[in-house]
Amino acid sequence: MPLVVQLRDVAYAYPGGPPVLRDVDLAVEAGEFVAIAGPNGGGKTTLLRVALGLERPTHGTALLFGEPAQHATRRSRIGYLAQRARLGVEAPVTVRELVSAGLVARRGVLARPTAEDRARVEDAIARVDLTAQASRMVSRLSGGQQQRAFVAKALAARPELLVLDEPTAGVDVDAQESLARLLGELHRDLGVTILLVSHEFGAVEPLVDRLVLVRGSIVFDGSPGALPPTWHDPSHAHV
Amino acid sequence: MFDSEFMRLAFAAGAIVGLLAPAVGFFLVQRRLSLIGDGIGHIAFAGVALGYLIGVSPVLTALIASVAGAVLIEVLRARRPEAADQALALVFYTGIAAGVVLVSSAGALDANLFAFLFGSILTVTHGDLALVAVLGAAGLALVAVLYRAFAAVALDEESARVSGVPVGLLNVLLAGLAGVTIAVSMRVVGILLIAALMVLPVTAASRVAWSLRSALLLAMAIGDGSVCLGLTLSYYGDLAPGGAIVLVAAGAFALAAVGSSAFARARTG
Repeated sequence: MPLVVQLRDVAYAYPGGPPVLRDVDLAVEAGEFVAIAGPNGGGKTTLLRVALGLERPTHGTALLFGEPAQHATRRSRIGYLAQRARLGVEAPVTVRELVSAGLVARRGVLARPTAEDRARVEDAIARVDLTAQASRMVSRLSGGQQQRAFVAKALAARPELLVLDEPTAGVDVDAQESLARLLGELHRDLGVTILLVSHEFGAVEPLVDRLVLVRGSIVFDGSPGALPPTWHDPSHAHV
Repeated sequence: MFDSEFMRLAFAAGAIVGLLAPAVGFFLVQRRLSLIGDGIGHIAFAGVALGYLIGVSPVLTALIASVAGAVLIEVLRARRPEAADQALALVFYTGIAAGVVLVSSAGALDANLFAFLFGSILTVTHGDLALVAVLGAAGLALVAVLYRAFAAVALDEESARVSGVPVGLLNVLLAGLAGVTIAVSMRVVGILLIAALMVLPVTAASRVAWSLRSALLLAMAIGDGSVCLGLTLSYYGDLAPGGAIVLVAAGAFALAAVGSSAFARARTG
């Protein structure tokens, strides 16, 4: 299977700071569902940012769809859900408008939406079960519904790689289970490659093919079932 | 009121600025850059002073300085997003300091300078109106063409960057557009108040809007309404036009805030 994400001997340090990542080797194949876990400050979000080309590694190589990650040209294949704290849900935006914004990269900044684009938007909204709320303001939805609206935005362009950074932070158990079901369907039905960063998995854990534990470097990479019992809580500081 | 040519020119220039300023400010407010207009305004002040010093049209030098300052703020912000407020402060204070030095060198601390600081819409000439019309129409056309892209960046900049939207280019374009807006709006409300016309109609509209598109259109309507009502009040009440326009916009915000709160209370109970 072709590699979607590849990190070779990667190290990273923020300017003037100590190394956050070192000796990282990771290869994610098309169609895999990979969870990246680890304690807060362990470097999992930094690893994701390096993999997506948002940060340049201080050592080693990061490839995205086989190209240097910082200069990758096939970015419109990526659906990305950033950490909730970074999203501007205070804006007076409806669910439909938010999801439509996910199509800008694929169709180009100057293009006007086509009938096919509008169908894609409605399809993405239906997939996260928000059709009844499509015309409502995102700011008036519950936390779990807001999260699903942003997932729909990431899905609108029908990505080959779906990247989610802490999608379960700050949402209730029902919303986590709903997200788990959705990710399971996407992975099973559409073959989407999923890269999920979280320090708590809950309902998602049974669905993932691989669990990657990061604490400065990768300390475990394998099936969740192979995780040593003493490491079962991937967020625990002793990882 | 419209028997006087100066009022016809004032309303024509004001109507364009009343549409343009909130249209550009809309995306800045969504990106939490509401105060960037103040920073660019201070650079525009330095540009006006430079114009006086070298004997070139102050509007032209202010236009160049505003666009350059706006792009500089954006470049500094992009390099260190966590220190964006420092970038704004750096440009803000450097601009005002340069303006003071250049004004004193040019010996231009006079009524003409105050016209740029506080606005002088009643002295707009046909030439001023032509400049405002051309740049205003170009700015509004750019906003219309790039509306979806600007919105995508304003809503979720990092996600847009990851998926390949040219975020850096769009941000520089928006900053340049803000610079142009400040420069063409100087005569209407003045350097010290132009940022208000970019922000207050947007915050008012956001309180009562039902979608992003409606918020943008409402903001432009409130901006235009504030200019027209403010000019009318200034004509009949012998008030300073710039201040009157901004106070009307502030009143619109107060009305929208009270109205939306009352509506929310009525809905819940």
